[in-house]
Amino acid sequence: MSNPALLYLQDLTGGSELIDWEWLRENFWEDIVPAVQGHIFLSFISIAIALAISLPMGVLSARYRKVYPPVTFITGVLYSVPSLAMFAILVAAGISIGPTPVIIALVAYSLLILIRNTVAGLDAVPPETIDAARGMGLTDRQILFRVELPLALPIIVAGIRIAIVTIIGIATIGAYINGGGLGKLIFDGINRQFPTMIIAGAVLATALAIVADLLLLALERYLRPWARARKA
Amino acid sequence: MISKILEVYARPDFPTLLREHIVLSATALLIAIVIALPVAVLIRNTRLGAAIAINIGNIGRAVPSLAILALALPLFGIGFWTALVALAALAIPPILINASTGLREVDRGIIDAARGMGLSGSQILTGIQLPIAAPVIFAGIRTSAVQTVASATLATFIGAGGLGDLIVEGFQRRGPEILLAGAFSVALLAIITEIGFGLLERAFTPKGLKIAQKRRGK
Repeated sequence: MSNPALLYLQDLTGGSELIDWEWLRENFWEDIVPAVQGHIFLSFISIAIALAISLPMGVLSARYRKVYPPVTFITGVLYSVPSLAMFAILVAAGISIGPTPVIIALVAYSLLILIRNTVAGLDAVPPETIDAARGMGLTDRQILFRVELPLALPIIVAGIRIAIVTIIGIATIGAYINGGGLGKLIFDGINRQFPTMIIAGAVLATALAIVADLLLLALERYLRPWARARKA
Repeated sequence: MISKILEVYARPDFPTLLREHIVLSATALLIAIVIALPVAVLIRNTRLGAAIAINIGNIGRAVPSLAILALALPLFGIGFWTALVALAALAIPPILINASTGLREVDRGIIDAARGMGLSGSQILTGIQLPIAAPVIFAGIRTSAVQTVASATLATFIGAGGLGDLIVEGFQRRGPEILLAGAFSVALLAIITEIGFGLLERAFTPKGLKIAQKRRGK
């Protein structure tokens, strides 16, 4: 088995430039932009599916307390399976390589964080507020959608922040099973012994995670008007 | 299928890969603890220091583990030491964040009371701040440990061995039994780490704190 990393070391002693700006300029539209787009696509689809599962599960777990421990146990086990192992299991189970197993894995990783924060958010709603809403004649469903979920939203968004940073990081590994995205630049860089591609992929993936984190932080602050008012 | 997987575990190279994986993860975690804890202690009383630690920690969290491993490659070449440096760097942020916030969140009133009783700064640190912060610090070490075991799987991409080698081999030879053998062993190692450090965390929670936690209904 020829080890690309070994060849790499030989190349290293040859002393090539760490960043080849010329290559970056020439391949910007061909390689870099599609990689960024692919990465955003993977992350966005995954977080959307994860939310569609986690929100109802979180509400259910907050309502029926007995459900919560098994839910955290199962999602906790999923969360601790290393990503490469998760891809291996999905592919061995017959899912062909490509974006599908990557998205399934990314969804699986987000569940624990999102469900836990949904439950924590709902728990943090003061019981008096719910009593007041009930006293005003709101039904259970109205209380959930108009009182509890809006009040829980900042904590849920805090969970989305952690989940999206995790997703963007793990999605890079997905390129190994042809999931596309910025990891492709990193793996191609390793295989071609070309540091420029590694650095481009690594820096852009990090930047994407930071941007997503900051955007959601802004959303979280915006959704907490009471905290803003207290600060002012 | 199960017997085929077991055959992979019976291969002579499996113990080597397992050992590589454990040695790599454990050493990286140890290095991270040795770096992160003293830094957290040093900056415990300065607001600026804590802000810097938390920001470094947060940025560190945003860098994908694959990115750190791949970036270490052009700098240090292939093999164990490169993976070790990268994994240690990855393991630092959770420990630093938790230790720093844990130490800072110790109630000012308690520290004032201790000072009033005539305790010195180092006595306050070892007798009060560290024991009270211990569960939070340990939670950080646990997060780091599980993450390190998981990331060590990626060491295979930079030629540093470990159980990731099996998974890569499984993909290359299209052998589902090799894939599963690799995946199960890594997953089991991660889960054992999670549970093991969870028990340690409980063991390191001071008795007084456990009573307080129970009272609050945790």
